[in-house]
Amino acid sequence: MLEQELVFEPTVAEPMLPEVFRIQRVKHESYDTFTLILEPSNGRESFPFKAGQFNMLYVYGVGEVPISISGDPNQPEMLVHTTRAVGTVTKAMSELKRGDVIGIRGPFGSSWPIQEAEHHDVVFVAGGIGLAPLRPALYEIIARREKYGRIVLLYGTRSPDDILYHDELEQWRARFDLEVYVTVDYADKSWRGNVGVVTNLIPKAPFDPQHTVALVCGPEVMMRFTAIEFLKRGVSPTSLYLTMERNMKCAIGFCGHCQLGGYFICKDGPVFTYEQMQTLLSLWEV
Amino acid sequence: MQSLDVILREQKIFEGLREEDHKLIAGCAFNTHFEANQYIFREGENADTFYIIRYGTVGLELRNPKGGIITVQTLREGDVLGWSWLFEPYRWTYDAHAISMVRAVALDGRCLRTKCDHDHTLGYELMRRFAHIMVERLQATRMQVLDLYA
Ligand SMILES: Cc1cc2nc3c(=O)[nH]c(=O)nc-3n(C[C@H](O)[C@H](O)[C@H](O)COP(=O)(O)OP(=O)(O)OC[C@H]3O[C@@H](n4cnc5c(N)ncnc54)[C@H](O)[C@@H]3O)c2cc1C
Ligand code: FES
Repeated sequence: MLEQELVFEPTVAEPMLPEVFRIQRVKHESYDTFTLILEPSNGRESFPFKAGQFNMLYVYGVGEVPISISGDPNQPEMLVHTTRAVGTVTKAMSELKRGDVIGIRGPFGSSWPIQEAEHHDVVFVAGGIGLAPLRPALYEIIARREKYGRIVLLYGTRSPDDILYHDELEQWRARFDLEVYVTVDYADKSWRGNVGVVTNLIPKAPFDPQHTVALVCGPEVMMRFTAIEFLKRGVSPTSLYLTMERNMKCAIGFCGHCQLGGYFICKDGPVFTYEQMQTLLSLWEV
Repeated sequence: MQSLDVILREQKIFEGLREEDHKLIAGCAFNTHFEANQYIFREGENADTFYIIRYGTVGLELRNPKGGIITVQTLREGDVLGWSWLFEPYRWTYDAHAISMVRAVALDGRCLRTKCDHDHTLGYELMRRFAHIMVERLQATRMQVLDLYA
């Protein structure tokens, strides 16, 4: 059984060899978060991927980290990553400029259930940087809007300064066929929007629990409380999708670095159903 | 236009009360509204009224020691604003600020408190329901302190 689980199923031609990409543009999203727009520098014309998948980004001479792809799957000629600078590699990455190069391995991992969600209400719940891995799924679903019921985005951050993708959020908010609610943990008087944690928005959010697929991305503690609220409303654990993070090395199911219970996050995930994860999410209480 | 009695019966907080309780609660209620930016109440003032928001957004604000104001929670349609009317010393512990124009049903807390003192069944029911709201808000505050998005 174990041998079977360790069977190597490459999704890319040379999965351990980074390809060189050049930074076409750097966009500063907030004080600690930035987006890199990359182009291949080896003649490759596009980088097809599925919403929810990630790449290993190698900052030459510093190290390699897993980062979700945050661009539009329908525009594979552009590779987009949004990263929050938290430690050694991501801080070094934040110092890269237009024209610099970066190594890319990928795309790896499972994807959001775009097809399975057809004919359902779709509720996205993002916490902090969690909006970045969800954005490709939003693009996909908006591009085929007529196939879905209500589409709701619930997005929580610490403060108004942490909100990502301001312009896009405004565009989405202006559409009549999307419901976008943004909430922050605390704010000064200049903020006219909602204050409170994102889980507070779930009890009143407009969706039909029996016909809803929920896609959730954020830190584990936030996903756990979000799942509790969805379950209270009657959403099935098999219709609730989460994306998990663990430290990674190989990203192809070889090294065991990212193991969680019986799963390798890099290969079986990062997108899982709540049903798969419920016993593995940390169990401490607030 | 719906009568106050009907509006109040539809509120989750009053669901399942006895017929006489509904009548009594409606007797302690009146419609009110606040302009955007108006303060509904301020920290330290007597807490004699509480509100059920019917329209608009209210920010609960605290003053930090440096004099700045932070919003710690916003309440919207259907939310109950205020529980200090039920507990000594009956004073508000934060400011409530109408962020937009707000329409609400105001309930005379002093009147209800007196009824609760005499009718313990009603008193227990209201205490239980307000305790539930307080637990929910406490949980939400804990999550804010937890820094869910770090
Ligand atoms: C599948 C997957 C997808 C991911 N997608 C993204 C993404 O789209 N954007 C993104 O910004 N990050 C994403 N991450 C997280 C990212 O990989 C880590 O932030 C990164 O590996 C940190 O490496 P570092 O060398 O900069 O920090 P390290 O030097 O390893 O850590 C430094 C400090 O930062 C803390 N830290 C590490 N990781 C995190 C974290 N995720 N959040 C907060 N603090 C942390 C550590 O506890 C430590 O204190 C993803 C992770 C996985 C597994
Ligand atoms: S990172 Fe090596 S097995 Fe997942």
